[in-house]
Amino acid sequence: MRMFDGRVLLKQVILLFWPLISTWVQGAEKIDSCQLQVLEMLSSLGSAGGKSAKPSFVSYVTPEEIKSEKEPSRKEKHPDLLPGEVVFCSASTVLKYTQDDLSQRGVFGVLLCTNFRVSFVSDEEPTEEMGQLFKNKLYGENDIPLSCVDNIYGGSEDKRKLITGGLVKNKYPSKMIIHCKDLRVFQFSLSFSKEEDAKKIFQGIVHHCLEPKSLRCLFAFSYCENTSYPEAQRKKQTVMFDSVEDWTQDMKRTKGNCRVVSENSNFELSPKLPQYFIVPKNVSDEDLTKYQGKGLPMWCWSHHSGCALFKTASIPLVQEDNVPQTYMEKMLTAVAHNHLYSVKTEDLSDTLPTVQDILLSYNKFKQFFLIDNTTEFWMSDMKWFSSLDNCGWLDIIRQCLQKAVEVVESLEKENTNVLIMEEGGSDLCCVVSSLVQLMLDPYYRTLLGFQSLVQKEWVAGGHAFLDRSNHLHLKDKVESQSPVFLLFLECVWQLQQQHGPAFQFSETYLTVLSDSVHVPVFTTFLFNNDGHRDSLLRAESPHTQRSPLNCPTVWDWSVQFDCKAQDLFTNPLYTEKPKQDTSVRKSYRPRHLRQLSLPSSAFKTPPKKGFFKDEADNLKKILGVKRLSRWMLSPSSDSPQTSSSVREFYEAWQTKPLDYHGLLLPCLDGPSIRVWMQRYLRWIHDVQILGGGPVAMLSKVSEILGEVQELQRQLDRHGCTLTSNHKGARPRAKTAAAVIAARSSVRLSSSFPFVTSRNWAFKPAIPTSLLQSLMVTGMPGNLADREDDGGPESLV
Amino acid sequence: CKQISVAKVYSSIPLPLKICVAILINIIYFYSVCFTYQWNLVVYTGAQGFKRRTTVTTKGKRARHGYVTPLLWPSIGYFEFNVMTCLNLLTAKDVTYICPYIGALRGTLTVTNYRLFFKCMDREPAFVLDLPLGVVSRVEKIGGASSRGEVSYGLACKDIRNLRFAHKQMEDSLRKSIFEILMKCAFPVSNGLTIFAFEYGQVYPENGWKVYDAQAEYKRQGLPNESWRITKVNDHYELCDTYPSTLVVPVNIPDEELKRVAAFRAKGRIPVLSWIHPESQATVIRCSQPMVGVNGKRSKDDEKYLQTIMDANAQSHKLFIFDARPSVNAAANKMKGGGYESEDAYQNAELVFLDIHNIHVMRESLRKLKEVVYPNIEESHWFSNLESTHWLEHIKLILAGALRIADKVESGKTSVVVHCSDGWDRTAQLASLAMVMLDGHYRTIRGFQVLLEKEWLSFGHRFQLRIGHGDKNHTDADRSPVFLQFIDCVWQMTRQFPAAFEFNEYFLITILDHLYSCLFGTFMCNSEQQRVKEVSKTVSLWAYINSQPEEFTNPLYVNYSNHVLFPVVSMRHLELWVGYYIRWNPRMRPQEPVHQRYKELLAKRAELQKRVEELQREVTNRSASSSSERAGSPTRSITPVQTFV
Repeated sequence: MRMFDGRVLLKQVILLFWPLISTWVQGAEKIDSCQLQVLEMLSSLGSAGGKSAKPSFVSYVTPEEIKSEKEPSRKEKHPDLLPGEVVFCSASTVLKYTQDDLSQRGVFGVLLCTNFRVSFVSDEEPTEEMGQLFKNKLYGENDIPLSCVDNIYGGSEDKRKLITGGLVKNKYPSKMIIHCKDLRVFQFSLSFSKEEDAKKIFQGIVHHCLEPKSLRCLFAFSYCENTSYPEAQRKKQTVMFDSVEDWTQDMKRTKGNCRVVSENSNFELSPKLPQYFIVPKNVSDEDLTKYQGKGLPMWCWSHHSGCALFKTASIPLVQEDNVPQTYMEKMLTAVAHNHLYSVKTEDLSDTLPTVQDILLSYNKFKQFFLIDNTTEFWMSDMKWFSSLDNCGWLDIIRQCLQKAVEVVESLEKENTNVLIMEEGGSDLCCVVSSLVQLMLDPYYRTLLGFQSLVQKEWVAGGHAFLDRSNHLHLKDKVESQSPVFLLFLECVWQLQQQHGPAFQFSETYLTVLSDSVHVPVFTTFLFNNDGHRDSLLRAESPHTQRSPLNCPTVWDWSVQFDCKAQDLFTNPLYTEKPKQDTSVRKSYRPRHLRQLSLPSSAFKTPPKKGFFKDEADNLKKILGVKRLSRWMLSPSSDSPQTSSSVREFYEAWQTKPLDYHGLLLPCLDGPSIRVWMQRYLRWIHDVQILGGGPVAMLSKVSEILGEVQELQRQLDRHGCTLTSNHKGARPRAKTAAAVIAARSSVRLSSSFPFVTSRNWAFKPAIPTSLLQSLMVTGMPGNLADREDDGGPESLV
Repeated sequence: CKQISVAKVYSSIPLPLKICVAILINIIYFYSVCFTYQWNLVVYTGAQGFKRRTTVTTKGKRARHGYVTPLLWPSIGYFEFNVMTCLNLLTAKDVTYICPYIGALRGTLTVTNYRLFFKCMDREPAFVLDLPLGVVSRVEKIGGASSRGEVSYGLACKDIRNLRFAHKQMEDSLRKSIFEILMKCAFPVSNGLTIFAFEYGQVYPENGWKVYDAQAEYKRQGLPNESWRITKVNDHYELCDTYPSTLVVPVNIPDEELKRVAAFRAKGRIPVLSWIHPESQATVIRCSQPMVGVNGKRSKDDEKYLQTIMDANAQSHKLFIFDARPSVNAAANKMKGGGYESEDAYQNAELVFLDIHNIHVMRESLRKLKEVVYPNIEESHWFSNLESTHWLEHIKLILAGALRIADKVESGKTSVVVHCSDGWDRTAQLASLAMVMLDGHYRTIRGFQVLLEKEWLSFGHRFQLRIGHGDKNHTDADRSPVFLQFIDCVWQMTRQFPAAFEFNEYFLITILDHLYSCLFGTFMCNSEQQRVKEVSKTVSLWAYINSQPEEFTNPLYVNYSNHVLFPVVSMRHLELWVGYYIRWNPRMRPQEPVHQRYKELLAKRAELQKRVEELQREVTNRSASSSSERAGSPTRSITPVQTFV
């Protein structure tokens, strides 16, 4: 506080006139906005009131007081509606509690429910803050897109009850708590609005957020019908993998040697198969359709050595029936033929948690961050670490990363083809294959590369986004709901956290992407697969039969953010690849060198479950025992694989100098897997580090990066001006980086850019449960009771 | 080479011949001693001659295991040899270091009076273990001869690691000799030898003992002023032998009264000023517990004294007394004559207990932590295991306590009194942390040195007892990681405010390493009184640190003057200091990508600036020749930046 001289002066003035001010404040029956401002200022100045003032101004203003003043409310308040957005119902004089404390503090306003969102419009005039830099164009900080609503609780006084939909008739709770999928928590009090309105808005919100609906009701369709959206511009950015060229291009880039299948371009083979895909050369046309695409090895990525990663949906094996087994065997031969006649299969269903496990774990995990009040928060703080362990979410992340490392090892060290499979072929397969590609291929660590990776593996790859996020609240789909994509982003975040300079995109980008899944505007996350998307968009098209409805993809970030905000998506630590070493790929060094650098095996850890089983084991399981010798010719299978090889692989990699444009492996040891602070803690007021957090660091880096870029530009300009003799001292365009830096990082908090520190009270959050020290009981030998000086006094 | 062969022969020959051989060995030994001395001399002069160069080359070369050690300390002499130790040095050629991460390594073990040095040439690059003997807390023999005929001994270290060495058993006496020499050198105090810091003769450009001058530091805070004076009453440590000679007390209290107050405070540690707020005049006062006792004794002088402290701050009519202990412990202290201020006796004072546990609890917690993090981490239950050590919980409580103090001083403009039982452990932690939060000066490299010198060293944190320098009694109940906890708390703050501290993580680690190393005299002794007598002969750690400040500088540092830091003390934001506690684990690659990238960018900016300026000069020259009209140098469009590099 001491840094703002003006404030100090003001403080002095206020102090001088304190007696006057205090009588004025306490005597006032109505509180107008001017007074409120002064009060807020006072409260933000700490206890400027000296002896008599309590630190917050809660005591002066109760909701009732505000209410009496706000009674003649203006009903015509609306948020700026998006094209195609329709208001269903609204209620005025709803009190929105400010989340930061237990007090009955709040803001009055209008609560609306539209076909896109639940929106709260404050009665107070919004103050223009510079914090608007990172404003989402589609929804503001008081808006909740309907599909972002996670749970609604009805509460009265202390109790709260989960609302499940359908059951609410005529009754409405006085308090409504909304938990969002992006972990915001809203608390509204309906007790000040008209009964009719309150009932209507409550039932409306419950109906539109929780009741089953059809896909066509999703906002995307009405939005797209009402916006003209230019298609041309997106084409040159992210590779969408919706054409033969895109796939061919990608295969050429990785020097793959497979064949592109375009027979399914009109979904004639199977609507569940991607429009275009790549299979090993030896797969014949008849094989394509045999099991509706099940068991068909789909090419994901080729390693520069020639081996490749494939994924497939496994065929359920029937004991008596030999046909699928022979088919599977044929497919495996096809994969093996790709390179060196070797293949490893990995059934992810055996070793990784199921989608239900993932959901269960995440549901436990997210509860730590959906904080209703401060006391509860500090109560849970003491047991934070063990609760983290108990929910198992970080462990699932670790397992996925570990599996990916195993696959990477097979590709990189043993140069065998790898076929990963699971039941649907589009959940954990997507997680693992995308992670493998991120670790091995620096292209996917660029912003556009990452977007095409998601496009390739997840969107074209047929991850059932609609079922997994259950936007439609269908009762029969509750089972299939699961945050698999979020799990993937979590894994990426871990990688990004450990190897910052290797990624072009920032943490903020990942957070925003994880939020965008719940914004029902983008076609990217609305459908179950290519066929699904195609048929629906065609059916909904207002124009001709030929052109499908044109909807934005999430990659068109300008739909959500303006350019300056988008600059926060890039990571200032990212170093571009130096140009000269494109020819020298480090993996080309002879393999025996690698082996030499492995540490001695004297101290191996005990074998663990879940690593690659012996190749033979796996094949035996799938194919029966006979006729396997053909594939055993691969050189790597001679050396028996020890179970700790992944560990050794990591350690061998680690002893080499780190190349951010080469292979990246994550460290999986306990402390290395961490909680994604930005995503999970951003809305919790008590844990915001004011003036600190990563932004303090990154803003400095981006500041200097901006300067370097500016100098570079000047240099280039001078290069030209030297000849043309043109003066180059015109004002430079400020980059967003410079903008951030300009608002000095003291003012930013750890949850930047998501929460702006308005009304920034310089008040630390002091744990409320200090006295409940939990450890005293379990102390052995009553150490706690002993005196500080354990030794006899004579020692002194 | 000669020596090895002799040793082998010696150990393998039957007993009757040994006497003859012993004579032979004595002759060889005599030569070898001459040889070693010669060699030593060469090194000595070499090190002297190349002193500057060696410091230059070792710069930035962080030794693999954390110690930056100039290659050879000039004053290291090999231990006086007798036949046995001579043999010991010979056999030390074939010692196995059992590394928990890499495996068994075979190499040469050297023990000097400062350190233990192990080198294995089999690996590429050569494996080096360089351990100051001060770090060793315990040496023990492990088992008898194993099945492979090897004997081994373990070294428990104060810096969260255990080392194991083994060698082929040739004769029982061999093992004994290595064991004995370690026992002797690692615990000089117990063996009546001098600690190495008193022999270390490296000369640094700066005299580190000049870093802290109490008068100058109080002057920086604006003291003395109309309410506070500097007293000389403790000049000869008569008022309180664990306090510094310079004390700041209220103006209105004469020295005579101070003595009466001292009688009521444990160990005579009266309330004195540690820090004063430059604007509000709110103060941080530290002291020890009042001697209330079971009967609730009162002292009019003490009450008046605290009242005066409160009155010295016109902004507030309240005084907060922070008792660092849990209230139960504070109450239990009454049985021993201590206790806490009752709010009846001290009007307008509010007593708050901060629930920080005593040194024994902390020691136990660190022991558990060591079990969890060394040598290997169990992946599956990492967080539960971490929680069961309570280490971070203690860190949280200390930080929370300091935060409350800082908040009261900054936001409440109220003076605070901090004490625990004796006022040299928890009080030091709380007062110094609160000062780090409140005063940006203490977040600079020099300022932090001043803070340590002031709050920890001069106010009598008993380093000798808490660390046990050179003392073999490793179970001593006075040992406790109090200072380590404080540094950990500071580290937590640097994590939360990465741009607010001038020093980096390496600075903190270096301080902790030399807390144990016994190379510098800084952390010797228990009080200023003891230090004044003895330690001035040694080199100060700050001399070494200030000789190469760029090593310890945080490139991202922004000096926001008068900026108060309020860290978040939730467990969500606390994390285990991997760079310190788990640094021995090679899988935990130290990560400083941000700093590296920043340095790269700085270098690049400097380079580009140079090129731009050159070009601009060229442009100016050309255009000057063509036209004389030129408004303002184009260099103005570049932001003026001070160069860090």
